[in-house]
Amino acid sequence: MASLKEEVEEKKKLIATLRNKPWRMKRRLKLLKECQAFVEEFEGALGKGKGRKLYAYKVMMAKKMIKFNRDFDNFKTACIPWERKIKEVESHFGSSVASYFIFLRWMYGLNLVLFAFMFGLVVLPEVMMGLPYGSIPRKTVPRAEQDRAMDISVLLDFGGYCKYSILFYGFYNDERTIGVLQFRLPLSYLLVGVGIFGYSLMVVIRTMARNSDEGGDGGDDGQFTFAFKMFTSWDYLIGNPETADNKYASITTSFKESIVDEQENQKDENIHLRRFLRVLANFLILCSLGGSGFLIYFVVKRSQEFANLDQDDLSWFEKNEVEFVMSLLGLVCPPLFETIAELEEYHPRIALKWQLGRIFALFLGNLYTFLFALFDEVNAKLEKEKSIRNATIWGLNEYYSNYSSYHNTTDIPPPDIHPADVIRGPCWETAVGIEFVKLTVSDIQVTYMTILIGDFLRAMIVRFLNYCWCWDLEAGFPSYGEFDISGNVLGLIFNQGMIWMGAFYAPGLVGLNVLRLLTSMYYQCWAVMSCNVPHERVFKASKSNNFYMGLLLLVLFLSLLPVVYTIMTLPPSFDCGPFSGREQMYNVVMETIENDLPAFIGNIFTYATNPGLILPAVLLMVLAIYYLNATSKNYQNANLELKKKMQMARDEEKNRRNNKENTNQVMQDLEDLLPNRSLLPPAAAEEKPPPVREKGSKSPKVAKRPGAAANGKGINIQKDVSLAAPNPKAAVTHPPGPRGPSGNARGPPPGPARGRGRGTPPSRR
Amino acid sequence: MGTTASQLRKDLLSEYQELTFLTKQEIILAHKRFSELLSKEDRNIPTPRVPMEKVLSLPELKSNPFRKRICHVFSTSDMKDGSLTFEDFLDLLSAFSDSATLEIKSHYAFRIFDFDDDGTLDGGDLEKLVNCLTGETDDTRLTTEEMRQLISNILEESDIDKDGTVNLSEFQHVISRSPDFVSSFKIVL
Repeated sequence: MASLKEEVEEKKKLIATLRNKPWRMKRRLKLLKECQAFVEEFEGALGKGKGRKLYAYKVMMAKKMIKFNRDFDNFKTACIPWERKIKEVESHFGSSVASYFIFLRWMYGLNLVLFAFMFGLVVLPEVMMGLPYGSIPRKTVPRAEQDRAMDISVLLDFGGYCKYSILFYGFYNDERTIGVLQFRLPLSYLLVGVGIFGYSLMVVIRTMARNSDEGGDGGDDGQFTFAFKMFTSWDYLIGNPETADNKYASITTSFKESIVDEQENQKDENIHLRRFLRVLANFLILCSLGGSGFLIYFVVKRSQEFANLDQDDLSWFEKNEVEFVMSLLGLVCPPLFETIAELEEYHPRIALKWQLGRIFALFLGNLYTFLFALFDEVNAKLEKEKSIRNATIWGLNEYYSNYSSYHNTTDIPPPDIHPADVIRGPCWETAVGIEFVKLTVSDIQVTYMTILIGDFLRAMIVRFLNYCWCWDLEAGFPSYGEFDISGNVLGLIFNQGMIWMGAFYAPGLVGLNVLRLLTSMYYQCWAVMSCNVPHERVFKASKSNNFYMGLLLLVLFLSLLPVVYTIMTLPPSFDCGPFSGREQMYNVVMETIENDLPAFIGNIFTYATNPGLILPAVLLMVLAIYYLNATSKNYQNANLELKKKMQMARDEEKNRRNNKENTNQVMQDLEDLLPNRSLLPPAAAEEKPPPVREKGSKSPKVAKRPGAAANGKGINIQKDVSLAAPNPKAAVTHPPGPRGPSGNARGPPPGPARGRGRGTPPSRR
Repeated sequence: MGTTASQLRKDLLSEYQELTFLTKQEIILAHKRFSELLSKEDRNIPTPRVPMEKVLSLPELKSNPFRKRICHVFSTSDMKDGSLTFEDFLDLLSAFSDSATLEIKSHYAFRIFDFDDDGTLDGGDLEKLVNCLTGETDDTRLTTEEMRQLISNILEESDIDKDGTVNLSEFQHVISRSPDFVSSFKIVL
C-alpha cells in the first residue's frame, strides 16, 4: 500500500519535471500519457477504506489547484504590457538596450502600486469623507492671493489653486477620525508615507535576490574570457540583418583584440606618466563636483531672496533658476567627465564603471546640496511661524476675553471670520512639496527636450542635409546617435529617488510620476526606433542588472533619511496638514495606541521600545549577520575545494593512462630482483578491461596487470600496454609456474584497489 | 484563421503546457505561425512537416548564424533534412524560451555547436563555430594563425581533462559561470 503510494508520488514528480528533460516531444508525450494513466488508475485504488472520501477530495482539490495556478500564470503573463514593443526594440538593438526598457517597465509597475496606496488610503478618503474646499482656512486660498489664483503662470508654478489642493500636504485636515467609517486620516497618512519606503525596499531586495540567483558568479574575471566570447556572445534575439552585421563586426573585433592582448604581455609603457594623469583627472573631476555643489547652494539661497521680493518683478528665469541650474548641470557634467576620463586610459569596462560612479556622485551631491539649502529655508519658515502662531493665539485670546466681557457668557462661539481672511502660517511642508514637484517637472521637460533636440533633430539634419553637404554626415562627424543606456538608467534611478523623497510632502507626486513613466515608455520607444542606431562596440557590462538595482537600493536609503528625520525631529506646522497642532509627527501613532487600542497593547509597545530590549535585539542581529557571512565564506571555500578535487581526479586519470608504461617498466625491473611479487602495483587500465579479461579462465589472473602481462620475463610486452587488452600471447606462452599461487592470491585484492579507477570491472568478483 | 483541422486540440494544448516552458498564448501563437509556414496541401495531413527553407524564412531565425544547425538539432526527420513538425517547433521554442532552465539551454547549445554530431566539441567544430560568428565575408574572417591561437586558448580554458575536446559536462561547467548566457540564448516569437 505504502509502496504504491510512493510510486504514485514518484510518477507525479516525474510529470512535474518532464519539461526539464532534453528529449524529443514524442517521447515526452508518451511518458506523460503513461504516467498520467498510471496515476489515475491507482489514485482511485488508494482511496479505499477509511478516509476514502477525504482522500478523493484532497486529490481533486490538488488537481484544481494546479490548474488554477497554471491559468493564473497565463493570466499574469497576458497582463504584462508592452511585450511587442520591447521585443521589437530587442530585435533591432540587442538585449542591452532592451534591458533599459524592461527596467522602465518594472519601475512603472512599482510606481503604480505606490500610487494605489497613496491614492486609495490618503487622497480618496480626504476627498470623499473630508471637508470640501473653502470650508476651513487650510483648504482655502488666502484673500491676498485670490485674484491671481487662476492665472496660468501662477498655476504652472504650483501656487494658487494648485497649492491648496489634494496635491500637497497642506490640504489635509487633522481631525482624528473623519466620516461615517471613522477613518483615521492622520494615522493613515503617516503609515502610508513610511509604508511606501517599506514596500519599495522589499521589492528591490527581492528583485536583487532573484537576479543574483540567475547570474551565477560571473566567473573569476578572466578565467573563461575566450570560452565566453565563443559560446555566449551571440544574441539570439537579434532579428534584423543590419544589427546582425554589426554584431558580426563587433565579435570579430573583440576576438582579434583578445588574441593580441593574450599574446602581448602588459607593457606598461610609462607608468609614472599614467599615474600622474590619473591623479590629475581625478582632481579635475573633484573640482567640478565641488563647483557644481557650490553653484546649487548659491542658487537656492538666491531663490530664497527672490521669494521675499514681489513675484511680478521676477522673470521666468529667476523664478525657476534652481531647477534650471540643476538640470543644466545634469546635462553638461557627464560629457565633461567623459572627456576628462580620456586622460586616464582605462579598459572600457573599467572606464564605464568610473564614469557611472562619477555621475552618481554628481547627482547625489546635487541632490543633497539642494536638500541642505532647502532645509535652511525650512528653518527660516519655522521661525516665522512661531511669531505668527503667537500672534494668532494672542488674537484668539483677545477675542474670547472681549466677547465674554461684552456678552457676559462663557459659552463663546468660535470667531466668525471667513476662512480666506484668517492669518496663515507659512506651511513649510507644502513649500517643500512644491519644490520637489517643480524639480520633477523640470526634469521631465529637460529629458524630453534633450531627446527631441539631441536625437530627433540630429537625425533629421544628418538625413536631409547629407544630400548637400561636403562630407558624409552619416559616417563622419555627427552621424546618428547611439542610445545612452547608462545615462538613461541613472536618470530613471534619480528621478525615483526624488519621488520617494517628495511623496510624503506632496501626495500627488506619485501620480505625476506614473503619468511620466507611461508617456516616457512610448516616447522613448519611438525615439529609439526612429533616431538611433545600434551600438558599434557592443560589450555587456554583464552584472549590470544587479549593479543598477544596487544603485537603486542606495538611492532608496538616501532618500529615506531626510523623510525620517523630518518625521522624528521637525515640528509640524500648526495650521496645515494632518499633523497640525502636535509636537512631533509621530505622536499620531502614540495617540492612536493610547486611545484606540486596548490597554495591554500599549503596555507591549512600552516594553518593546525599552532600550534594554532593543539593544540585545540589535546585538542579536549583528551576530546573525556575522554568522551568515562566515557560513557563506565556508561554502565558497568548499566549492573551491571540490573544484580542485575534480581537477585533481581528472589529472590523476590522465597521468595514469599516460604514464603507466613508465611506472610499470620501473616496477617490472624491481620485480625481477625481488622474490615477492607484491610490489607490482595492482592498478590497471580501467577502461577496456572487463569484457576482454573474461577470455579464458587462466587469463584473468594475468589480465589484472595488462602492463605487467605475464611474469617478470615478459618485459618486452610492455609496449602494447595502457588501455590495450592484456596480451593473450603472454598468458599462453608463460605457464605461470611461480606466479600461479601468487597470481591466485592476488585475485581478490586488486579488485578493491582498482575501485579507485573509473570503471570498476564488476565481473572481477 | 484556417480550417478547423488546423486548430489545436484542447487536450493537446494542456499537455503541451505541461511538457514545455511555454504559456498557453505562446503555444497558440506558435501554432498560428507554424500553420502560416505550411503550404496548402500540407495543412490537412495529420502531422505536417515544414521544410527547412521555410523555417529559415522566419524573421527570428533569418539573421541567426546558427539557423541551419538549430533546424538540424531540433528536427526529428529520418532524412536528416532539417524539416520540423509542430512538436519539433514547440521543442525549439521551449528550449529558447525565457523560463527554460540553464541545463536545458546549455544542453541544446552544446548540440547546436557540435557541427559533426559526435558528442564532443573538437578543433574542427570550434573552427566552424568561429567562422559562423565572424560573418560570411572574407575580410571579417580570422587568419589561420589567429584561428589556431584562438582555438588553443579556448581549449586551454575549457578542457578540464585535457583530451583536446570539450565534452558536455565541461561545456556546462563553463556556461554555468557565464552571467549573460541565459539572457542571450532566447528566441521569442
